[in-house]
Amino acid sequence: MNRIRTLIVDDSSVMRKIVERALRQAGLELSTVLEAASGVEALDLLHREQVDLILSDINMPHMDGLEFLRQMQARNLAPDTPVVMITTESSEEHVREAIAAGAMGYIRKPFTPEQVKDRVLPLLDAV
Amino acid sequence: MATSARISEAEVYRQHLDQTVEEVFGMMMGLPCSIVEEWPAEERETISAVIGLAGAMSGACVLRAGESVAIRMAEHLTGMEITGLDPTVKDAVGEVCNMIAGAWKGKLPALASACMLSTPTVVTGTSYELYPQRAEFRIERCYQFESCAFSFTIFSEEIR
Repeated sequence: MNRIRTLIVDDSSVMRKIVERALRQAGLELSTVLEAASGVEALDLLHREQVDLILSDINMPHMDGLEFLRQMQARNLAPDTPVVMITTESSEEHVREAIAAGAMGYIRKPFTPEQVKDRVLPLLDAV
Repeated sequence: MATSARISEAEVYRQHLDQTVEEVFGMMMGLPCSIVEEWPAEERETISAVIGLAGAMSGACVLRAGESVAIRMAEHLTGMEITGLDPTVKDAVGEVCNMIAGAWKGKLPALASACMLSTPTVVTGTSYELYPQRAEFRIERCYQFESCAFSFTIFSEEIR
């Protein structure tokens, strides 16, 4: 697999590091890891940077993960980039809402590196 | 009848909480974490992470730990060596509280999509107490990983 550029969106810097570690443990070769603490920061980054994969929390201040997805679509930012939501909001309703907003995958916290691998690798293979 | 139903509901909530804490520590830190009956002697400096609950359950979840326990928790979560109660520890304890609160309510069909969580608020200091107003419902549990004990409390005004 080629080295990939990733954007991790979470208001917790600790969680961003945990997600990055989980991706590496899942066997992904990350060339670049961009970080954003909110949907607003993430949109700003996507205006300037290209990425191969986006992982985003839902429950964030300023702009939550679902609004971030909607804004990405409205602005046609990274239209072919898979977005995976990583969140504690775990009801089926939340999953449906995220998929409707454009997410291609959903990982519930807490998670294992194996779960990250299972959700993320098929999406990268499909791109 | 209503009282016994509420007791039964509280017991279900407790069982799910114990299971959730075990899962969060096992999956995110690779650590066994189990309930302990005896409350630990509290350290002088403590940290509390608070997640607000709104909707079907109106209240809060509070994870409270002493400074050394919080640091150990953060070290396991991040894989980093940490020497003091720095922003990483506060962030880590907030996230652990967030994961427990979210995964716990996700196990309960009545709350999963009908109860919303706030982002974490973290309090540090000495000799402080958190006073919930009108808390009609309260679950208080103490857990231990390695030899580190912390408490997790859920309180609610009412359950709709």
